[in-house]
Amino acid sequence: MKVRFTVVLAAVLMAVLLCAGRPAQAEDTIKIGAVLSVTGPAAFLGEPEKNTMLMVQDAVNAAGGVLGKKLEVIVYDDESDVNKAVLSAQKLIKKDKVVAVAGPSTSGNSLGIMKFFEESQVPLVSCAASEKIVNPVGKWVFSVAPLDRHAAGKILADAAKKGLKKLAILSVSDGFGQSGRAVLQELIPAKGFVLAADEVYGPKDTDMTAQLTKIKEAAPDAIIVWGTNPGPAVIARNREQLGITTPLYVCHGVASKKFIELAGSAAEGLMLPAGRLIVADQLPEANPLKKLLLDYTAKYQARYNAPVSTFGGHGWDSVSLIVKAMETAKSAKPEAIRNALEKITGYAGTAGVFTYTPENHNGLSEDAFVMVKVEKGDWRLME
Amino acid sequence: MDSFRKNLLGLAALMALLAVAPLLLGNDYYLTVLTLSAINAIIVVGLNLLLGHAGQISLGHGAFYGLAAYTSAILTATLGLPVFLGGLAGVLCAGVVALAIGIPTLKLHGHYLAMATLGFGLIVYIVFNEAVGLTGGPSGFTGIPRLSLAGMELTSDLGYYYLCAGCLGLVILVALNLIDSRTGRALRALHTSEKAAQAVGVDIARYKLAVFVLSALYAGLAGVLYAHYLTFIAPASFGFLYSVELIVMVVLGGMSSIFGSVAGAFFLTALPEFLRAFENIEILLFGAILIVCMIFLPEGLAGGVRAVRARLFRRAKGAGDA
Amino acid sequence: MNISSLLQYLISGLTTGSTYGLAALGFTIIFNSTGIINFAQGEFVMLGGMFSVFFMKWFGLPIAWAVLLAALATMIAGALIERLAIRPVKGASPINLVIVTIGVSIFIRGLAMLVWGKDTYALPAFSGDKPIAVLGAAMMPQSLWVLGVSLAMLAALKAFFSHTIQGKAMLACSFDRKAASLMGIGVERMVLLSFMISALIGAVGGAILAPITLTSFDVGVLLGLKGFAACILGGLGNPFGAALGGLVLGVLESLGAGYLSSAYKDAFAFILLLALLFVRPQGLFGRKSVKRV
Repeated sequence: MKVRFTVVLAAVLMAVLLCAGRPAQAEDTIKIGAVLSVTGPAAFLGEPEKNTMLMVQDAVNAAGGVLGKKLEVIVYDDESDVNKAVLSAQKLIKKDKVVAVAGPSTSGNSLGIMKFFEESQVPLVSCAASEKIVNPVGKWVFSVAPLDRHAAGKILADAAKKGLKKLAILSVSDGFGQSGRAVLQELIPAKGFVLAADEVYGPKDTDMTAQLTKIKEAAPDAIIVWGTNPGPAVIARNREQLGITTPLYVCHGVASKKFIELAGSAAEGLMLPAGRLIVADQLPEANPLKKLLLDYTAKYQARYNAPVSTFGGHGWDSVSLIVKAMETAKSAKPEAIRNALEKITGYAGTAGVFTYTPENHNGLSEDAFVMVKVEKGDWRLME
Repeated sequence: MDSFRKNLLGLAALMALLAVAPLLLGNDYYLTVLTLSAINAIIVVGLNLLLGHAGQISLGHGAFYGLAAYTSAILTATLGLPVFLGGLAGVLCAGVVALAIGIPTLKLHGHYLAMATLGFGLIVYIVFNEAVGLTGGPSGFTGIPRLSLAGMELTSDLGYYYLCAGCLGLVILVALNLIDSRTGRALRALHTSEKAAQAVGVDIARYKLAVFVLSALYAGLAGVLYAHYLTFIAPASFGFLYSVELIVMVVLGGMSSIFGSVAGAFFLTALPEFLRAFENIEILLFGAILIVCMIFLPEGLAGGVRAVRARLFRRAKGAGDA
Repeated sequence: MNISSLLQYLISGLTTGSTYGLAALGFTIIFNSTGIINFAQGEFVMLGGMFSVFFMKWFGLPIAWAVLLAALATMIAGALIERLAIRPVKGASPINLVIVTIGVSIFIRGLAMLVWGKDTYALPAFSGDKPIAVLGAAMMPQSLWVLGVSLAMLAALKAFFSHTIQGKAMLACSFDRKAASLMGIGVERMVLLSFMISALIGAVGGAILAPITLTSFDVGVLLGLKGFAACILGGLGNPFGAALGGLVLGVLESLGAGYLSSAYKDAFAFILLLALLFVRPQGLFGRKSVKRV
């Protein structure tokens, strides 16, 4: 009995001591923070974002740092949970005293922590896509991910070109799907289409044949699936099993090689709006983004031995933009960074060319997306 | 000294500790952790009454927590009611729903009761997600006003922390009174053997329901405090995993002791903060700590403290004898 | 009403339902020998699927060998869990044991995430991807595998419990542990065995489901939840009830998605489950427990 207690006590003490021993920060570093969903359901966003941010940090430091000082990116994992995101944001602002924060990965977590940044007057550059983050514009909040509205607009423009009229939506019942579904519900009638069916599936569902069967009965001209891996891959497989030949659009949420791997042959012919990153090698030489995208892809794959995704690109864009703002402002004060961010024009990032104004804190347009098709197990630029 | 007096002394000590805690912590950030811990502790005190004293399990308390949070959020942010009224309505809503769901549910036993409360929690969770027009859906509900008292908005974090700590103290006081009362004795009888309690004339259904509703009211109070603290809520905070975490807090703290459960709530809420330094293996350690605690502290933290105290006394006595 | 659609809903429901049923079967075995709900049951299913992918992709083994090895590896994991986490807590109240299983499931999930990463993986179907047409509805050959293996496993369990000495001994433990122990049955050994059998069932389930449902380190949470619901629906302790409970749950969800609302399909299934419990507190096929005081 006695031994047991000593063991437990010793273990607890050791844990506490280990945690207390964080290295002290030197004076000559500039600290920026990041709240990312490195684990949990949104890990597919947070993990590449974290990897990329650390990559950018090392690259900046290798090139002499920012304003003659070392750059340090402090990344906290919010485990895809809004409470943890709040705690992480508070810790970055109050304890680490960072000058700017990148992230969070998800819209829900971004919405959850936004107000702390308005209160404490520290700029936040979110990697999430919801319109609510930047509309209405908050003085201290920016975002680098292209909006769902842009992706939906791109899909509908393509559908109009093909003369498709009746459209069906199948969206995932989480924050990402909800946001896309809302935009589609608004745009489909507004652009003269007919909404034939509007179905939903759970983030952990493993069989969507019931929803597809119901959609099949409504006989739409095309189906739009809004979700992130692995859901749409399951839907693609189910569609093939059911012998449905209706064209299928998926959204930018699946834009990584993993989708093609999971869906296998069922992915053939599917179309989606995606950032230029996944088709960088197919871009015309004249495209101003091409060099940057190929460079990022090569570096990321060399360092992490994993395929790139557009989400990792958001990590690149958010940290690079903050660094750029510090350089133009020649200051690492939160206020100065914010003002400089708002004046950035024509900055080439991985997601597109960023131009911020006091009325537009997103900085991207529909042009951030290109339509891509899956052909022979790879992405193919459609236009 | 009888146990009620002893418990009151314990409560006074706890309140003193909570009062000075912010002064001892060098950083404002830890105030957030403390506030969330206090909010969790309020629910856990109720669950302790239900699980530890009445012997009924609930895997659905996250739902009551969420119901109150959403009710108050909708009434204040969407309909513009004063926060005080919205909060009151939120707590009452949790209580009324508990009453309605408790009557058929509490007839079930053991794992069936666990499943029924779990199912209830899941249904409520799905409604939070799907009733987008009302709740904002999975991406959450924004723009909830901060709590205001007598026309003054409570903006300072320190003030809000003391409010939560005060509520926790009040909730514990009520719980201690209940345990010491006739009801408390009836509950203990019920926990030991429902049949025997019934045989000696305890109206078990009514007592079980009363404790269930009370614990839901506690969860509701916590939910209201939570919603108006963060000013943002999302369904993910009220799901099945949260309900399970609450039960873990109760058991880890010690089912037989209210103070143990409070310690469990603070311990488990703060633990991830300590494990942060381990990054990738954090979740692994969390699981391991649960297992190790259950192996070495079957009576929870409270049981551990009791055992240590008993041994110290014995040693002191042994030394005196020699 | 469209007959081929209805048929499709039923087929989808039965396929999903058999995944729940398989998860539920494992719960039953451990419940019978220990009286606890093993919250780590879903992780056995996950381990079965992930080990299969692991052995196939990394060692290039043929699928049959990969599945066999995965089942073995998961069985060893089950035995380790019993020895390292469950046995040291013996004599504790059931709720403590349940918390231990929660800790175990968190631990295993964390370990799987560290070792295999957070990605989702697909396993190739055992006998091709060509759907079989049934009156206008489509059925995957893998669904037949799932149904067939589930039935085979049920039959094997039945034979085990009624014809082998080990099985009878385990059954005895489920009726009365103390009496069983007095009759010279090694209760501890039976508990160990029950964890291994549960792990085996879960692993085989995980492996044959992976081609349909895909697999990742966190699939266990949902399967555990639905499996528990299936168990309760069928009546705790009855393997046939558990399997059937799973099928009923799956069909309810699928019909709910098809005819009511896909957003509320899970809620619909749980509302019916609650309603059933209020009328029949012991589940569909459970014995009414008469407890002597």
